[in-house]
Amino acid sequence: MITKEDVEYVAGLARLELSGQEKEEFTKTLGNILEYVKQLEEVDTSSVQPTAHILPLINVYRDDEVEPSTDRERILANAPEKLNGCFKVPRVI
Amino acid sequence: MNYETVIGLEIHAELATNTKIFCGCTTAFGDKENTHCCPVCLGLPGALPVLNKKVIEYAVKAGLATNCQINGFSKLDRKNYFYPDLPKAYQISQYDQPLCEEGYLDIKGDFGSKRIGITRIHIEEDAGKLLHEAEDGSTLVDYNRGGVPLIEIVSEPDLRSAEEARLYAEKIKAILEYTEVSDCRMQEGSLRFDVNLSVRPEGNSVLGTRTEMKNLNSFRALVNAIEDESKRQIEVLESGGEVVQETRKWDDVTGKNTSLRSKEEAHDYRYFPEPDLVPVVLEEEYIERIRKELPELPDKRAKRYVEEWGLPEYDAGVITASRPMAVFFEECVKSYGGDPKTVSNWVMGELMRLFNEKGAGAEDIPFPAVYMADLLKLVDDGTVSGSAAKRVFTEMFETGEQPKKLVERLGLLQISDEEALTGIIKRVMEKNPQSVEDYRAGTKKALGFLVGQTMKETKGKANPALVNNILKKLL
Repeated sequence: MITKEDVEYVAGLARLELSGQEKEEFTKTLGNILEYVKQLEEVDTSSVQPTAHILPLINVYRDDEVEPSTDRERILANAPEKLNGCFKVPRVI
Repeated sequence: MNYETVIGLEIHAELATNTKIFCGCTTAFGDKENTHCCPVCLGLPGALPVLNKKVIEYAVKAGLATNCQINGFSKLDRKNYFYPDLPKAYQISQYDQPLCEEGYLDIKGDFGSKRIGITRIHIEEDAGKLLHEAEDGSTLVDYNRGGVPLIEIVSEPDLRSAEEARLYAEKIKAILEYTEVSDCRMQEGSLRFDVNLSVRPEGNSVLGTRTEMKNLNSFRALVNAIEDESKRQIEVLESGGEVVQETRKWDDVTGKNTSLRSKEEAHDYRYFPEPDLVPVVLEEEYIERIRKELPELPDKRAKRYVEEWGLPEYDAGVITASRPMAVFFEECVKSYGGDPKTVSNWVMGELMRLFNEKGAGAEDIPFPAVYMADLLKLVDDGTVSGSAAKRVFTEMFETGEQPKKLVERLGLLQISDEEALTGIIKRVMEKNPQSVEDYRAGTKKALGFLVGQTMKETKGKANPALVNNILKKLL
């Protein structure tokens, strides 16, 4: 089971602000999901390698050759705020 | 009480690839903001990263050059955190299966030789750059650097002083330069250091609480930050306090470090395997091919200088510490054809003096190695005196002119004409009858004075050996 504190912690990491009611609700529903997935623990995986990727592929590379970048105007087109060719964000230290 | 400082270094080096780690945008430095960006490096929805082949090659090279094990199986992971320099809100890095592990480097100093363990080397993408010059106090973001490939080299906590940390960091830089894995341009941020530091009473085997200082970008900052933080922690302990585990910020200008964020706010990165990228599997054959491509590394080169050219170990160490320096030195030796020690003496004396005065390095030498060889030849054949050659050398470092032209321009041609010198020496003797008498009466050191006067008379241009001979003859 997970606690309300777990939900608050995870919400904090994800920068989500939850109401008191949502916290109660997510504690229950997230808990249910974890309980459901927990069934997997019944399977003996002691001789199975952890899965790094679900596709049976390895070593997919590209050559180190320069391709044109996107125009700056298009890059900045969806920026909520911009200044001097840069994305503008609230002050950070 | 005596304290021991325990230091581990994380070194980030930008790789010398043409393109970013997961897209074809250029890694060129210094262009206009946000002109080297595309949907992949900005993490726009639906864009898929594809790993740059060269990144694996360079990282393996760095691993082999630092005696690491190369892992046959490696994968990439997401490191999740929010910061405006990270457009995707995660950095693609490596968590539990890095490319290289368990390496080491040997450093040499007054303490002798010491082996420093390397825990791991992994690949990751660089973040964008935050600019704080906006008039309204907001922060501007330039993502040109976002997605530039990095290797992070993590050392064991084997370093015990700022000096050891500097030697280790310099060695890493030299190796990355020799292998051409990174250009290591520190002023462009191509090489950055994170310091993990704790102190403990001498003889104590338990580690103290450590702090971290991030993104130091010069050797001077590295040394100063370590000394300052070590002193601060000792003072905290001495006054009965406790060191708090935290990230601290080193300020190069004030020379002080301050608390940035404490452990309470420390990040929980929630690493998980990167679903957009498949694992990297390296065959033994591939690793051996890269191993064969490794150039002669600094230690081996220094050994060759000592064994084959008779250089003092210290000189060999200093010259090989920078690849451009070693290349310059060898070209000079080759072109000079004389004793390599003569070249080494000039490098260790005159060249290092100029480097110190100008804050320069071998990459800033404005003349080709051949010019330095030519100057040494001019000394050997008596065209200029040793002291005049030093003046030419200093001038050459300013203007990059040919030594022969400089000798003429500065009027430093050595006087080796016996007749001309005899005339000058006779005048000197007439002016200094007392010294002449002293010498004849047996005061041998009067000769030195007369030689000196002759040199003064000729503004240092007289051939000293010849002056000696003529004087002795006339006296």
